[in-house]
Amino acid sequence: MKDFPFLSVLVAAPLVGAIVVALLPKSKAALAKQVALVWSLAVLGLTIVMWTAFKADGDRFQFRESYVWIKAWDARITFEADGIALVMLALIAFLVPLVILASWHDAERSSRSVPTYFALLLTLETTMLGVFAAADIFLFYVFFEVMLVPMYFLIGSYGAGQRQYAAVKFFLYSLVGGLFMLAAVVGLWVLGGHTFDWHELQKADFSTGAERWLFLGFFLAFAIKAPFFPFHTWLPDAGSAAPAGAAALLVGVLDKVGTFGILRYCLPLFPNASKYFAPLGLALALIGIVYGALLAIGQNDLKRLVAYTSIAHFGFIGIGIFAFTTQAGSGSVLYMVNHGLATGLLFLVVGMFVSRRGSAMVGDFGGAGKLVPVLAGVFFIAGMASLALPGTSPFVSEFLVLLGVFTVNKTVAVIATLGIILAAAYVLWMIQRTTQGELNPALTKLESMRKDLSLRETVVVAPLVVLILVLGVYPKPVLDVINPAVSATLEDIGKKDPAPTAVEREAAK
Amino acid sequence: MTTDIAAETLKLPSLDYAALAPMLILFGVGCVGVLVEAIAPKKARFPVQLVLAVLGIAASLTAIVLAAGTEKVTAAGAVAVDGPGLFLQGSIAVLGLVALLLISERSLERGGAFVAQAAVTANSEADRDQATRGSGATEVYPLIIFSLGGMMLFAAANDLLTMFVALEVFSLPLYLLCAMARRRRLLSQEAALKYFLLGAFASAFFLFGIALVYGYAGRVDFAGIHAAVLDSPNDIALLYIGLAMVAIGLLFKAALAPFHVWTPDVYQGAPTPVTALMAACTKVAAFGGLLRVLYVAFERSQWDYRPVLGAIAVLTMLVGAVLAVTQTDIKRLLAYSSIANAGYVLVGVLAISKAGLASSLFYLVAYGFSVLAAFGIVTLVRDADGEATHLSRWAGLGRRSPLYATLFTFLLLAFAGIPLTSGFTAKFGVFAAAIEADQTWLVIAGVITSAIIAFPYLRVVVMMWLSEPGESTPAVSLPGALTAAAVTIGAAATLLLGIVPQPLLDMTENAAHFVR
Repeated sequence: MKDFPFLSVLVAAPLVGAIVVALLPKSKAALAKQVALVWSLAVLGLTIVMWTAFKADGDRFQFRESYVWIKAWDARITFEADGIALVMLALIAFLVPLVILASWHDAERSSRSVPTYFALLLTLETTMLGVFAAADIFLFYVFFEVMLVPMYFLIGSYGAGQRQYAAVKFFLYSLVGGLFMLAAVVGLWVLGGHTFDWHELQKADFSTGAERWLFLGFFLAFAIKAPFFPFHTWLPDAGSAAPAGAAALLVGVLDKVGTFGILRYCLPLFPNASKYFAPLGLALALIGIVYGALLAIGQNDLKRLVAYTSIAHFGFIGIGIFAFTTQAGSGSVLYMVNHGLATGLLFLVVGMFVSRRGSAMVGDFGGAGKLVPVLAGVFFIAGMASLALPGTSPFVSEFLVLLGVFTVNKTVAVIATLGIILAAAYVLWMIQRTTQGELNPALTKLESMRKDLSLRETVVVAPLVVLILVLGVYPKPVLDVINPAVSATLEDIGKKDPAPTAVEREAAK
Repeated sequence: MTTDIAAETLKLPSLDYAALAPMLILFGVGCVGVLVEAIAPKKARFPVQLVLAVLGIAASLTAIVLAAGTEKVTAAGAVAVDGPGLFLQGSIAVLGLVALLLISERSLERGGAFVAQAAVTANSEADRDQATRGSGATEVYPLIIFSLGGMMLFAAANDLLTMFVALEVFSLPLYLLCAMARRRRLLSQEAALKYFLLGAFASAFFLFGIALVYGYAGRVDFAGIHAAVLDSPNDIALLYIGLAMVAIGLLFKAALAPFHVWTPDVYQGAPTPVTALMAACTKVAAFGGLLRVLYVAFERSQWDYRPVLGAIAVLTMLVGAVLAVTQTDIKRLLAYSSIANAGYVLVGVLAISKAGLASSLFYLVAYGFSVLAAFGIVTLVRDADGEATHLSRWAGLGRRSPLYATLFTFLLLAFAGIPLTSGFTAKFGVFAAAIEADQTWLVIAGVITSAIIAFPYLRVVVMMWLSEPGESTPAVSLPGALTAAAVTIGAAATLLLGIVPQPLLDMTENAAHFVR
């Protein structure tokens, strides 16, 4: 079992499924959905087996596989996973079947080919899994860029509203970042001794100037992807135009590539530059927390609102990363997972509301809880998770981040705490205006608004709700996997946690 | 002294026929093609010419393969047969063969894309009449064969005079070919005239540059110039001005800014198969010549010309990318894209290193295949009036003909440099070579312009897929076997060179050594 090529099979499997689904005729829409769902469940099964095979106390990187690809450049197809990558892979494998199930009728509305929609979703899964599993920087870059293509078509072909504009904006923003990263990748290859292997490059030494430029090249790409302020403007457009399922994946997983990239590439490969630019990272992240939350309060479009809350959440992940303490780092990684669950759920539930109402505007709702109590209840849970209420999983991560940041930088921690208050404001106000209060008479006229959660929708939201609550109480299984990887990352940049003040006093005596 | 020269002129130069065979075969086949025009009955000309041309190029390619590994200067120092030369000649033969497939397509339009009598006044009664008539020109075959032969000689020329002769040999047939479009005759003739006049200017610059370089070095062969660059007692200004003028001639042919202005008009007006030939093969030949001049003859002046040509590379990429944004005609858009791509090749060239040479060669081949396939698809999107090249006519093409829209999207992604296409591997190669040669500023410029030019490509993708088909969206014609083959070869090469580039990388790596 130990020698099973988990990661390459995991990355290749959805692609095979995508090809199968894409080859089905347009008329066999139902079959296409079933094949896609079964296939993604098989991928999930494989991921669960892989998780059990992963030894939390074992090597930092496990399941290494390496094959020659382009000999002339020493580009290899290398996969390996540390704890951080593992939890992200699990998150993807977990979310994709739910998204497929949630999008069951989405594609039909757009009058475009239904099998293509599910083929694109599976292709997207391949590229997302690949980007987190890659341990060769060339391969990582390939997945990083190719990932844009299926998402572009998901937004552009199957989205709503200004879908073309949003798709092009999304693609161009990411491409610009990617191209700067390409320049940095080439530079890294030249200066690092003509190799793309992560482990080799980590040993390489660069001059201060070169290291800083390389860091900025990578950081720009990741900051656009994450997105950090001021590179965030594509996210609300893409998030609101994308079909709900694709939006859940876009914000829940795709954007994590940015924060994951900073942890995996920027910090270990350019430790000195990371320390040098840490104040910049902290500042951008802090602005993101406050700015994203303020804009979220002002939104009238539910999907845009959720997209802005994500910008605030990425700010929390950002300060956790650049605080350089294990608590904050582990909190950030856990936040990446929890945010994927909570925001994924929020997007899916909003999608259910929108498909019933035919509009995403807050003003078109009002008192919806009276018509669809269960759906409104799930919406409430998703909202509470999003504002990190204790008992839901995001609370653990947010608390860890703030705790970790507080030990090294009190000002940042205090300002970030402001974000929590703002989060309460935008979530509660959103819930109040849509599901509480007086019933909007327009809603009662709609046949669809009287249907509460269907069985399919219940199956979609139930696992997410359960996982959010379970991880809110018992995050240990995930933290056990994350902690060693985060400690190792911090060792790479030579940072140690500050000793507790009590210990310092002891030592002073 | 004088007797020496006389003795030399009397001595016959030794000719290595095996090494010269690729070019000799093509010139021979070209002459036979002219005879066929004169002798063969009208009906038989097309099949005979087609078979003759294909066999000729295939034979030439065989000769190139057999000559692989040769490194020598022959024909009294006029022709150099070496790795880059043979590689470029091979590329010209292969790309030329694919272009020939497009040129020979006759099922899209009765009689093919060329009119029988290009000299008939455009838009006159007789001209409209011949546009609807089935017969087409078969003179295009000898013209193309001569042109390809000239390109091969251009890539192998080892002195400036041979180079000039080769330049004219491959340019003159192209001027003619541009004027022979069946549809939009005026545009086609205007393109030809523009190309011819500007080309004549460029040739004049080139020739005058040769004279000045000769004045400085006393020689026109590359080894002689190379030796003279350091030792000549003559005024260095002669060298600089001469090099600049020679470079202008070469930059014109390679369509580099600010000598690119002919490109959009000519690419738009010329019959699309000829445009494909120019975008693929002429580019290879022009850069072949530029590489040899810069790497062999003037290598020692690299510190002088590098900043200037670097600025030209940046300007080219910028002009190509920015002006591509405003285009509304697909052929013009591809023309500006080809200008920008020429800039990326120049980035590789300016590394002035083995890696630079190898990556430039790779880029030329990769781009050639992609652009052939792209123009091949352009010939397919047509309505009753011929090709529908205005971008608005492409709206919703993805619904009408998903296969060709998918292929074209893939090619656009390749031009944009998205991984898993040849466009990415090619760009990576030239950028890596440039950074290694401390030309990081060129790479930064390349990265920024890549981002700009992605926008027009995306706009076409949006048009094809995300816009609803309008009334005027033309259906894609069912391609004949020849166009289908050309598009398939081009697209397959684009994919293969993106996923498994190693074989071609090995070839360019092994080829990357000039003889002097």
